[in-house]
Order: sequence, then structure tokens, then C-alpha cells
Amino acid sequence: MNNRAVLFLLPVIVIMSLSAFIPLITVVNYSLHYIFSGSMPQYVGLANYVEVLRDPEFHDALTRQLVFSTMVLAVEIPLGIMIALALPRKGIWASISLVLLGIPLLIPYNVVGIVWRLFTQSDIGVIPKVLGFFGYAYNVALDPIDAPLTIFILDVWHWTPLVVLLCYAGLQSIPDAYYQAAQIDGASTWKTFRYVTLPKLRSVLILGVLLRFMDSFKIYSEPLLLTGGGPGSSTTFFSLFVSRKAESYELGYAGSVSMIYLFIVIVFSFVFFQIMTNIGKGGQTK
Amino acid sequence: MRKRHIALICYFVILFIPIYWMINTSFKSDAEILREFTMFPKEITLKNYVEIFTSPVWRNSFINSIIYVALNVVITLIAAIPGAYAFSRWKFRGSHHLFFWLLTNRMAPGAIFIVPFTELYYTLHLYDTHLAVALAHCLFNIPLAVWILEGFMSAIPKEIDETAFIDGYSFPRFFGKIFFPLVAPGIGVAAFFAFTFSWVELLIAKSLTITDAKPVVVTLTVGIGAEGVKWGLLAAAGVLTIIPGALVVYFVRNYMAKGFALGRV
Repeated sequence: MNNRAVLFLLPVIVIMSLSAFIPLITVVNYSLHYIFSGSMPQYVGLANYVEVLRDPEFHDALTRQLVFSTMVLAVEIPLGIMIALALPRKGIWASISLVLLGIPLLIPYNVVGIVWRLFTQSDIGVIPKVLGFFGYAYNVALDPIDAPLTIFILDVWHWTPLVVLLCYAGLQSIPDAYYQAAQIDGASTWKTFRYVTLPKLRSVLILGVLLRFMDSFKIYSEPLLLTGGGPGSSTTFFSLFVSRKAESYELGYAGSVSMIYLFIVIVFSFVFFQIMTNIGKGGQTK
Repeated sequence: MRKRHIALICYFVILFIPIYWMINTSFKSDAEILREFTMFPKEITLKNYVEIFTSPVWRNSFINSIIYVALNVVITLIAAIPGAYAFSRWKFRGSHHLFFWLLTNRMAPGAIFIVPFTELYYTLHLYDTHLAVALAHCLFNIPLAVWILEGFMSAIPKEIDETAFIDGYSFPRFFGKIFFPLVAPGIGVAAFFAFTFSWVELLIAKSLTITDAKPVVVTLTVGIGAEGVKWGLLAAAGVLTIIPGALVVYFVRNYMAKGFALGRV
């Protein structure tokens, strides 16, 4: 049996080695060297990591990213659940809603950037006109508060549909009998939600939280196109920070940041995963 | 009940205002875009679209994107289907670790892989080819496809396999005749996600291509930095990149929800 499993997994392993494992080892290797173009890389042990961890720029980027990711989760998950609950269950409108929800997800990331650039650009956009009407001088390119807030709203706009689709699928799998039972027991709407719906949504919510958390770290093209990481560095999120370092050929530094990045994401995801699989396990049978 | 519908309609309106604005802009002339603020184009012009369809750069980059996305979907499925089958049917030593390792690649940031990817594909003489982008996108697509397919396959009882073998089916015949039709919706969902994530990805596609395989998402971005941005043209190109995705969503709409429901976490 075992040999057969290996045979079946061979394509996955070969391709993933090529497109994941080898590159990862290369990054680890970078992170342990001082690299200047034109000269031999020099092994320096953990010196790059020390430099990164002491760098205030790194602290800023990390803090900014964590605040952003927290806000993303805090808004998108509840909003996604609410919308999924409000969606029609059956019929033509259900299909139409699903197709409409799928569309923002299928817009290439940089086209999302372009959509929002057109939407918020100070001379041609809708947002500045509308807010200007209410007396607020909105400027995504120059205001250090408008810029990150716009990226945040963009992200909510772009990714809430994913959470909705996940939750909707979860809701579909709850048998009607559960709700009837709750109704007979005289449970309030909130109680029904809390004790019937939410536990059943657990597995899709785990997936939703994990996907949104991991992917919020990957936000790159949207701030690049919308604000270029500015004004100042107010929208330089983590991926943008790393790729700037890699582009300026500070490979040792970029490599170390990448490893720290990967470490943070994996640890957080693992903790989330543990917490969310353990919540609601007590007393409930799956 | 009423309140719920109104809220839902509001949400969809908000969801589509930015997209509408892009479509609106794509039908305007550059002069109108900059001169005045109109919720509907005064004179509808197809100039922007004509320019895209007649320009070889735009056309080629559209074709490039479609080629590498299709390649990626094929590679992803060829690797993920047997892989997911192995995970769903046999518990072997280290299978959990392997599964988790696969998922960590989904978490890995594209940004950190740019430089190693460039070096790797340069060494393999694949740099600036469709295959390079397709293979690189497997980084995040194979883990997701394995995850989704494993969920679908675990939902099919093992007894089906056993019965088929007792009935004298060979493995390939069992897989093709019995198993494949049962997991077809799962394969559809996995293909949909592979398509999506490959189609929308910019960072890796950008760094692995120069001219021969340059994807449309990159051509789009180049236009932005240039002086005197042609907003109308950009909007039209944006609209065109949404269309393939919208078509795919339409075809898999019935499987989408089902797929998630069965997907194991």
C-alpha cells in the first residue's frame, strides 16, 4: 500500500519540490549570507536576522500589517456571515447571487487596483466627488489616513464575497430538521444562530479565517497601483516591503524578512487553527 | 424579511458601483473622462476597445495569459488528483505532516519566491516561457486543489473502491469509469480555483516573463506608470480581463456552493 501511495504522490512531490522546496531553500540560503552584486556571497550566520529585528522600518511594516490583517478579519468574517444568512436559499435568485458574488473574486488583483484607482483618483473618481460634496477633502494619494483606509475598504470589497460563499456553502449543509428542532424548543433567533448555525459553520469559518489571514499578508498589487506604498510608508504592507528589499537587491535582508514572515504566518495560522477547532468541540458532537 | 432584502440589495449595489464605474469609464473618450464627471457616458465610444483589439501587444498578452492559465490548470489537476486520492485512501507514515507541509506553501508569500524563481527557471532555460509561469503558479494551486479534492474524495465511501476491485475492475478502469464521475464536481471546483488564482496573480507572472510570455495583467500595469495615463484604455482592458472569469463563474455556479460544503477542513 505504501509504495502505491508514494507513486500517487510523486507528481505532487516533484512539482512542489521544483516550485516550492528548492526556492525556499534558496531563500534560507540568502538569509544567511551578505550578498552584494559582483562579489561572492559571504556567510554571516544570523547577522541578517539581527539586523532585520533591529530595523525600525521592519517594525513599522509588521505593525501596519498586523493591524491591517486584524481589521480585515474583524470586519470581513462577521459581514460575510451576515450576508450569507440573508442570501436566498433556493431558486433563480440564489444562482444569480452566487454568480454576482463570484465576480469580484475573479478580477485580477491589479485590475482591482485599477478599478479602485479610477474610483478614487482625485480628478476622475467617484469617492472624492461624493465626499467633497459633504465637505471632506479626500485624497488617496496624499493623505496618510485616507490611503490605508481606502486599501482596507478595497480589501473588504474584494474579499468579503469569498467569506460569503464559504458560509453560504456551510449553511446549505445544515439540515432543516435542526432548525425545526430549535423552533420547537422555542429558541430565540440569536440562540438558534449561536447554538445551531455557528457550530455547523465551524469548519468553513476555519477555512475562511485561515485563507483571509494568509492572503491579507499577500496584499501587494493593490497598494502598489493605488498608492505606491505611500504617502510616506503608510500603505507599505508586508509583501510590498519584502519585494522592495528584494528589488533593491538586498537579498540577505529580504531573505531574512521572508523567513520571519513565513514563520509569523505559519505560527498564527497554526494557533488560529487550534483555537478554532477546539472552540465548540466541547459538548458538541460533529 | 423585507429589511433583509433591502440590506442585501444595498450590498450588491455597493459591490458593483466600482465595477460599473470602470465599465462606464471604458466607454468614454479620454477628453470626457478628464473634463467632466458623468455617471453615464455622454457619447458612447468604442475607441478604447478598438485600440486594444488592434494592438498586437494587448492581443498577445491576452493569449499568453490564457495559455499559461490553461497549462497551470492541467498540471495542477494531473498532480493533485492522484495526490488527493492517496491522502484520502491511505494513511501512511507522515501523511499528516506532508499534508500540512503542502498547506504551508499556500501561505508562503509570492514576494519571497521571486528571486529564487528567476534563478531557477533561468537555469532550466524556462525563463520567459508559459511553462515557467504555469509551474510557478503550482506553488499555491496544487495545495489548494489537493485540499479541495481530498475533501470530495473522502466523502466517497471506501467500500465503492473495494466492491469495484472485487468485481474485477483494474485500477485505471475503476478510476475512469467509477471514481472519476463521482468526483467530477470536485474536479470542477478545483479547476475553478486553480483558474482563478492563476488568472489573477501578478507578482510571480511579472517577474518570470519579459516579452514572449508577458501576461495581460502586466501589460495593464505598464500603462499606469507612463505619462498621461490613458484611463479609458486601462478601463477597457480591465473590463476585458474580467470577462473570462465571469464566464467561468457562470459555468461552475451550481458546483461552487456544493464544493465548499463537501470540502474538508
